[in-house]
Amino acid sequence: MSKDRKTSTGSGILTKIVRNQCFIPLIALLLLVAFNLIADPGFFKITLADNSAGNPVLSGFLVTILDSGSELAILAIGMTLVTAASGGQDISVGAAVAIAGSVLLRVLCGSNSRPETLQAPIIVAFLVSCLVAMLFGAFNGVLVAYFNIQPMIATLILYTAGRSIAAWVNNNELPVISEPSFKYFGEFIPGIPIPTPFFIAVACMIVIGLVLKFTDLRLYTEAVGINQDSARLNGLDPKVVKVLSFVILGVCVAVVGLIKVSRISTINYSVIAKDIEMDAILAVALGGNALSGGKFNMAASIIGAYVIQFLTTTLYKFHVQSDALPAYKAVVVIILVVLSAPKVREWLAGLSKRSMKKEAV
Amino acid sequence: MKENVVLEMRNIHKSFPGVRALQGVDFTLRKGEIHALMGENGAGKSTLIKVLTGVYGKDEGAIHLDGCEGAAAIHSPQDAQKLGISTVYQEITLCPNLSVAENMFIGRTRGVGQNWKKVNADTDKILRSLDIPAKPTQQLESCSIAVQQMIAIARAVDMECKVLILDEPTSSLDEQEVEKLFGLMRNLREKGVGIVFVTHFLDQVYEVCDRITVMRDGQLVGEYAIKDLPRVQLVSKMLGKELDDMSDIKDEQQEYEKEEGIPPVLEAEGLVSDAGIKPFDFHIDKGEVNGFTGLLGSGRSECVRAIFGADRVTGGTVKMKGKPVKINRPLDAMKNGIAYLPEDRKMDGIVGDLSVRDNIILAQQVLRGFFKPFSKAEANKIADEYIKLLSIKTASADTPIRSLSGGNQQKVILARWLFTHPEYLILDEPTRGIDVGTKVDIQKLVLKLASEGMSVTFISSELDEMLRTCSRLVVMRDRRVVGELTKEDLNQNKVMNTIAGGEE
Repeated sequence: MSKDRKTSTGSGILTKIVRNQCFIPLIALLLLVAFNLIADPGFFKITLADNSAGNPVLSGFLVTILDSGSELAILAIGMTLVTAASGGQDISVGAAVAIAGSVLLRVLCGSNSRPETLQAPIIVAFLVSCLVAMLFGAFNGVLVAYFNIQPMIATLILYTAGRSIAAWVNNNELPVISEPSFKYFGEFIPGIPIPTPFFIAVACMIVIGLVLKFTDLRLYTEAVGINQDSARLNGLDPKVVKVLSFVILGVCVAVVGLIKVSRISTINYSVIAKDIEMDAILAVALGGNALSGGKFNMAASIIGAYVIQFLTTTLYKFHVQSDALPAYKAVVVIILVVLSAPKVREWLAGLSKRSMKKEAV
Repeated sequence: MKENVVLEMRNIHKSFPGVRALQGVDFTLRKGEIHALMGENGAGKSTLIKVLTGVYGKDEGAIHLDGCEGAAAIHSPQDAQKLGISTVYQEITLCPNLSVAENMFIGRTRGVGQNWKKVNADTDKILRSLDIPAKPTQQLESCSIAVQQMIAIARAVDMECKVLILDEPTSSLDEQEVEKLFGLMRNLREKGVGIVFVTHFLDQVYEVCDRITVMRDGQLVGEYAIKDLPRVQLVSKMLGKELDDMSDIKDEQQEYEKEEGIPPVLEAEGLVSDAGIKPFDFHIDKGEVNGFTGLLGSGRSECVRAIFGADRVTGGTVKMKGKPVKINRPLDAMKNGIAYLPEDRKMDGIVGDLSVRDNIILAQQVLRGFFKPFSKAEANKIADEYIKLLSIKTASADTPIRSLSGGNQQKVILARWLFTHPEYLILDEPTRGIDVGTKVDIQKLVLKLASEGMSVTFISSELDEMLRTCSRLVVMRDRRVVGELTKEDLNQNKVMNTIAGGEE
């Protein structure tokens, strides 16, 4: 037995690597890096320069990826859980980000849309927006879990109505925050040259990592996603587990809302976080997670999020017009998603096994 | 072809990978008769019907129909329909939001135009001739389930049908509705339609049928006129046990001596769920092994599901060790020390993509709560322990459970529940579809657990198995408890007589 194992170690490790869910997003990342290296190594240039506030900060394409990709990574965390538990996706996250951001501004500004000083501490405003986003998440979750509506259809409601609700929260005005410390969340903290969203994303990853380690979230979510009848007979309540996943996504939405609004110190209801749900879903798919639910790999989703942002930034760099961007992206995405489909991964794993055998012969 | 015969199936064979579902089955249906097709699970009834209606192709054999030269070519459900074979299933397949007349004529019109006045008049005529209490313009969903069922039949019959197949049409009907349906069936019999009636209800067979064909394990047992086949004989033929075959089961029988003064581990009074069983009383003592027996569909699974809170409990009281408890959902039952291995392993038992380890710890993990997960090391230790204890054959604890064989999957589910250390273990068909060796293992395990003081309810389709393991049998027929057998009454004759009922 042990002898067998030894002789097959070489192909075993390779098969294991190929089968690992992080393999495809990492390969995609490597390809994008290689492409940029060949096309224009300037892509990787990072410079240290003073920004408008007079702080020395890093800038360059890689920093942009780290910055914007972090928003996506945070949403990918919640989207992965929703996908795993409900076997569907939430398409309302962009609209929900608008609502969370709008609520945040409303609490910070009070009745005056251009206050000299903040009307409430930022932490309070954030907690309120968090609560609102969780409530909207619970709303989606209840539609899905208790009324058995397809997740995409259920969240279509908020997708449609969300931005009007966001505008209504502030009476359709555009509040502007003049307080400079509010900008720290979406840009830079003085003295630290790395964009703050990255630190926020890392914090989120640590939190979800701890939650997955110290609670049963993974087992419950996967059991419900794979076989909810069986999960119920084991004492789980599939409805509660599904709603919980949507509520957690709500928290992620509130965090991204804070970053988005902080970046520009105001809000644009129709543009903020537009189409971000599609990128978040793509990140989950690119991570090789079955969109029909069940087992999930959080790390793969998070890497997937940064890869998507890498792709977007690469396309911008090559002056693809913003109108044409989605078309280019679609082509690349099709390739990536097909490659990360479980079927193709099995096939690749088989291929590597066979080639190893040939070498051995 | 003989006089009066509308359908003749000869020597039908059909195999699926690993299963020979039909082995040389014959079936004959005459004009104007109601013919029951009976058999337990896996007997091949539904395969035979699917071959007849073109859902499956047959491997061998021939189907002859009245009025057709040579063998009939049925390759699709459309072919079957064209040849005059119609099927009405348990679930209604009409459109609830269309009118009765629209449902009757949907998909049968040529061209674009439609004379609705004529359609309504025609429908009215059909409904009247069959005594169906519905109006053509009424919306279908406003009719009762029975009437909807009858409209589905009327639609089938109106399409020049010679053979009407009713696949468990009465499962969701109450007694009065069943009577109405039988009226319609008799009416159609008068008109010369040949009806194949598939049901699990013995009483209904004897009330309405003229002839019975019994199948078992993919083979034909025989065709009988109803008056020549008493109920007990029918049950014995379905189960494949001779009435006077007493064998040596007596020696192996389990005796149970109740300890005095201890209240039952579980005592249910008038328990009833929304799954369609009649209220029943039940109790089990410490260290006792008892069982629910009855034919498929008699309600034995529904009873234990009600005890475990798997179906919605709608009435009755439950006491555990003398104290009243509320069991409304599986978690309540688990907290009270009840474990339940469900009948349908694939649908309700395994969590397919999860590893053997996760499948074993699942129930106990849920009991421990959300914030107290087992560490990976603990979980591995537990999994290894149970893999060894039950000799589960798996590559590792990390292997997804779906890649294990049926018997080993069942052992994993058993391990899951044993790990919760229950006081009362319910096993619903734990031995179905698994190899003989594992079956014996499970039976031995049940007896060992009981000797250690666990109470076990054991359900099996195989009577031998029940008689070997149980010291008390609760007998069910047509969704109600009809008897309880202990000691000297625990023999095949008595059990089959009680299952059959009616003529003792």
